Amino acid sequence: MKEIIKLSDVVVDYYRNGNTVRAVAGVDLTLNSGEILGLVGESGCGKSTLGKAIVGILQPSQGEITFDGQVVKKLTRGQRPSHFRNLQMIFQDPYGSLNPRRKIGVQIADGLLVAGMSKKNALAKAEDLLEKVGLPRAAISRFPHQFSGGQRQRISIARALAASPTAIIADEPISALDTSSQAQVANLLVKLVEEFKMGMIFVSHDLSIVRRISDRVAVMYLGKIVEIGTVDQIWNNPSHPYTKALISAIPHADGNSFMPKDLPGDVPNPLSPPTGCRFHPRCQLAKPDCRISEPRLVRLSDNRDVACVLQNAGTSPNSISLD
Amino acid sequence: MKLNLLKSSNKPKNSESIWRQPLAVVGIGIIATWTFLAVFAPWIAPFDPNAQDADKFLSPSSVHWMGTDELNRDIWSRIVYGARISLPYSILLVFLSATLGSIVGAISGYAGGKVDSFLMRVTDIFFAFPGIVLAMAVAAALGPQIRNAVIAITIVAWPVYARLVRGLILNAKQNDYVTASALLGSSSRRTMFVDLRPNLSGPVFVLASLEVGNALLLLSGLSFLGLGAQPPTAEWGAMVSMGAANFDRWWVGLFPGLAILTAVLAFNFIGDALRDALDPRTAKALRD
Repeated sequence: MKEIIKLSDVVVDYYRNGNTVRAVAGVDLTLNSGEILGLVGESGCGKSTLGKAIVGILQPSQGEITFDGQVVKKLTRGQRPSHFRNLQMIFQDPYGSLNPRRKIGVQIADGLLVAGMSKKNALAKAEDLLEKVGLPRAAISRFPHQFSGGQRQRISIARALAASPTAIIADEPISALDTSSQAQVANLLVKLVEEFKMGMIFVSHDLSIVRRISDRVAVMYLGKIVEIGTVDQIWNNPSHPYTKALISAIPHADGNSFMPKDLPGDVPNPLSPPTGCRFHPRCQLAKPDCRISEPRLVRLSDNRDVACVLQNAGTSPNSISLD
Repeated sequence: MKLNLLKSSNKPKNSESIWRQPLAVVGIGIIATWTFLAVFAPWIAPFDPNAQDADKFLSPSSVHWMGTDELNRDIWSRIVYGARISLPYSILLVFLSATLGSIVGAISGYAGGKVDSFLMRVTDIFFAFPGIVLAMAVAAALGPQIRNAVIAITIVAWPVYARLVRGLILNAKQNDYVTASALLGSSSRRTMFVDLRPNLSGPVFVLASLEVGNALLLLSGLSFLGLGAQPPTAEWGAMVSMGAANFDRWWVGLFPGLAILTAVLAFNFIGDALRDALDPRTAKALRD
């Protein structure tokens, strides 16, 4: 498998009123072609910020993001270099991501027109793409308000596909949709990733969807990745207390009267993150050491990284229990 | 009560059509009449507007419907010919100031930062002057001529469009579709023309239609003060000016004044109706 996106020690800061908010505090991550990497975490943990930095909407203040071997640069007023147009993004809000005043067809064709295709060919390709995402070809001459949220999101996907992407950052693409559209859009994304052999980072806080469609999962907490592993590893044997807490917070509808476990407390203010391990104020297993030293992401086994002092490098993960 | 609710929700959609609004129809009717008079002036006006064949200050009669002025000219003919100045020039004025203002506003909103601050301070300076005073100063500096009056009024009228367009751009450019378009490789110039421009046309058109009346008033105002159309051109503002100088002959000032009144009122009716038609939310909020 080919590495398509590589992040090394990426830091993203927001500056407001003289304060610096470190939304992403040093992230290492790789995305391979043909895989879906789920990026999960609570609201405010920096997962959307990270997604925006990867495509170049935000400039990392430290570290480096490479796409297909070249360092991603921030978007400027000029045209985005054609190499990076293969790196696309799907946005959360299906209403804000389509121009209400322009027809669907031309919006999808935009990427092709910019690349120099004739208008006739671009519109024909737009029709093909609409069909690919499961919408009628005739939709080309309609306006966004004539579609539902799920349909709009599929139009956004078609627009991203027009740039023949090799990697897509999907920033909570289904969070704003109703349940039936969520499944449709998620399945469509899986199908497209397989068909076009692209890599996808699927940012979400919906763990059950992530479990269904992802190959690997990265768990983010307060600007850092605390654990990365395959879906099975993460779900069946979480080795970070935060991952464990997140997974046990998923409601089950299997009728066994099991109530999801509540993770006490809130995500701390990123303006003044806790010392040492960022999770220690909420961690039930925290030791005195956790307040002082910040654990690094260490490799436990194949495809398995975790940042917790309770886990030692090079061994199989110790089982942890929150009870 | 319930029945009423049902009934109102079943109303056909086109009840918001501009033709259902009585004031809009009146406005369109008046402007259509003035346009007709302007286009066919040579056939409609009973006399040459500049001919001094009659006696001076004849009161309205069957020959001279609106009487004659100080220089023995037929007022009705001059009003008909005056429409050939007032209507096209006020529309031209609005077109010029909307274009200028939109360009400034778009640059300001899109560029942001220092460019934005600079352009908006310039706009503020123009806003700080009373319109007619600034227009007088510019027109006087350039020399009294209808062309210079148009330049003067354009200089006075563009800031409203700049403010409006800047706000619209600031609002629209935060949308994800602008980012998406940039990710697909659109330069910011392309984004501006392709993605943002369609969001501007509606509001700018509505503001422009509301401003036609103002432009007509300003133009007549400058002519009234002797800074616009020059004698012997038949122009409504200049004719009112003659009426003001001869206050005891009521018809000299009254009829051209009425011409200005009806035209401005009609343009405002049309502008209001257009705003309601193109911005259903405001219209609905006002009705409820």
